Amino acid sequence: MSKHTRSLRLLTIVCLALFAATTPSSSAEIASANRRTDYDFMSRDTQAMQDDDAANPGMLWVQEGEALWAHKEGSGQRSCMDCHGDARFSMKGVAARYPAFDAERDRPIDLEERIINCRLNHQNATPFAYESKELLSLAAYIARQSRGAPIETGNDERLEPFIAAGREIFNRRQGQLNISCAQCHDDNWGKRLAGNIVPQAHPTGYPLYRLEWQSLGSLQRRLRACMFGMRAEPYPFGAPENIALEVFLMARAHGMPMDAPAVRP
Amino acid sequence: MTAPLINVPAHAKRGEVIAIKTLISHQMETGFRYSATGTLLPRNIITEFVCTYNGDEIFRARFYPAVAANPFLTFYTVATASGTIAFTWTGDNGFFETATANIVVE
Amino acid sequence: MSKDEHNPTRRKILLGAGCMAGALGAPTLLAVRHAQATPATMAAAIRQVVGEATVKPGKIKLDLPPLVENGNTVQFTVSVESPMTPTDHVKAIHVFNEKNPQPNVISVHLGPRAGRADFTSRMRLADSEKVVAIAELNDGSFWADTVEVVVTIAACVEDGIP
Repeated sequence: MSKHTRSLRLLTIVCLALFAATTPSSSAEIASANRRTDYDFMSRDTQAMQDDDAANPGMLWVQEGEALWAHKEGSGQRSCMDCHGDARFSMKGVAARYPAFDAERDRPIDLEERIINCRLNHQNATPFAYESKELLSLAAYIARQSRGAPIETGNDERLEPFIAAGREIFNRRQGQLNISCAQCHDDNWGKRLAGNIVPQAHPTGYPLYRLEWQSLGSLQRRLRACMFGMRAEPYPFGAPENIALEVFLMARAHGMPMDAPAVRP
Repeated sequence: MTAPLINVPAHAKRGEVIAIKTLISHQMETGFRYSATGTLLPRNIITEFVCTYNGDEIFRARFYPAVAANPFLTFYTVATASGTIAFTWTGDNGFFETATANIVVE
Repeated sequence: MSKDEHNPTRRKILLGAGCMAGALGAPTLLAVRHAQATPATMAAAIRQVVGEATVKPGKIKLDLPPLVENGNTVQFTVSVESPMTPTDHVKAIHVFNEKNPQPNVISVHLGPRAGRADFTSRMRLADSEKVVAIAELNDGSFWADTVEVVVTIAACVEDGIP
């Protein structure tokens, strides 16, 4: 990316921040009937890239995940398949209800953490690092099995305090630009920021292939990138703030169909 | 990383023009990017792609750093006979990947 | 666009609202000048392929979105009108660009077995620029199509994120 375009984007964000700082921070949540998937805000070419499984780069990770699913790991030499069988049946709809409440930890965990825990506790294998190829591949493969399924996250009452915590972060002004997530994604969705249209930020397609990353990545990676873009300190992978945001965003998208692995600009 | 994703119709009529889609995992490091500490990241790309149909070359491509990561190609060939369509990717640092697909032509 | 490479201080002052100013500071004036193709180097790269032959407009179509969402991955299709017979076919298609660090994008070699002189791939575009596709026919003739593309960038880029 040329220095010019990088500077232009920064300038745009600064202007937005200056504007935002003078307006009150009360953001209106999007009415359920007005919710649109992030897919709707992409160009037709990017949509076409997502729609064709033979052309969607995210499918490379899904394919890898399918291979890993059957791979025997750890001291017990067990594969995911040994417990869960054919993922096409056992994992159907699973990603659509994550992050889910984990009774043992007394808090929600996202799909990536669930996979890490399985590996540790049931396969006796070394856990995968966040954003590692293996973790993303398995998450992509599992999420793919929820394609078309409506998001169920939020049905569990035990998630309520965490969803509230996520909502608070979403509405809070942060970072050097002093803007909140809500100011873009609740109040200004549909308008342009640096050449892309601001979506409503429904995470229906994670993990997804982001053209900017030239790779598949998780929702936590995207949240960290958002915060970096806002000139706020990103929370580390696995931080409770990231999980709270994830569970809030998924609950906010309740009922919308999953489209993982998505492609996004 | 993983095996390339190949899309070749399993069946075709003799003389029919079929579409072949290929997608392979590769970072395609251009050799023009700098790391956060200012060192130049060396070029590491796929340089050539060859497709053969029952041993005869039907398509060849030379990639340059401007080809996007995880290179994607759609091209065409006439379904002449049943057999094997083979794909080979070669590149920097000894990169070498192959794949095949079978086709039944009536 | 290249003007900014010579006047970085003006941009830095504008952006001095506490954002990246601390991180960038003075040494960026001495930043390494990145390689960049120019219309001249693109013309030279084309000359290498076509030699002294005249390149004519027509027969070939380069399908590129006029406004690109992200320059990292831009899908394009090149198609050439041709019967693709042994006596009348497209031998090769070459794609060039004007402002990436290097003028070549991709070169494909076909033949009558292709059935259609048509292929799709994805390219990287560093900036808004001209992209040129040239078809080489078996009779030695060359045909070109040029598209001017506007490249935008994604918001919330994360270069440097730990």
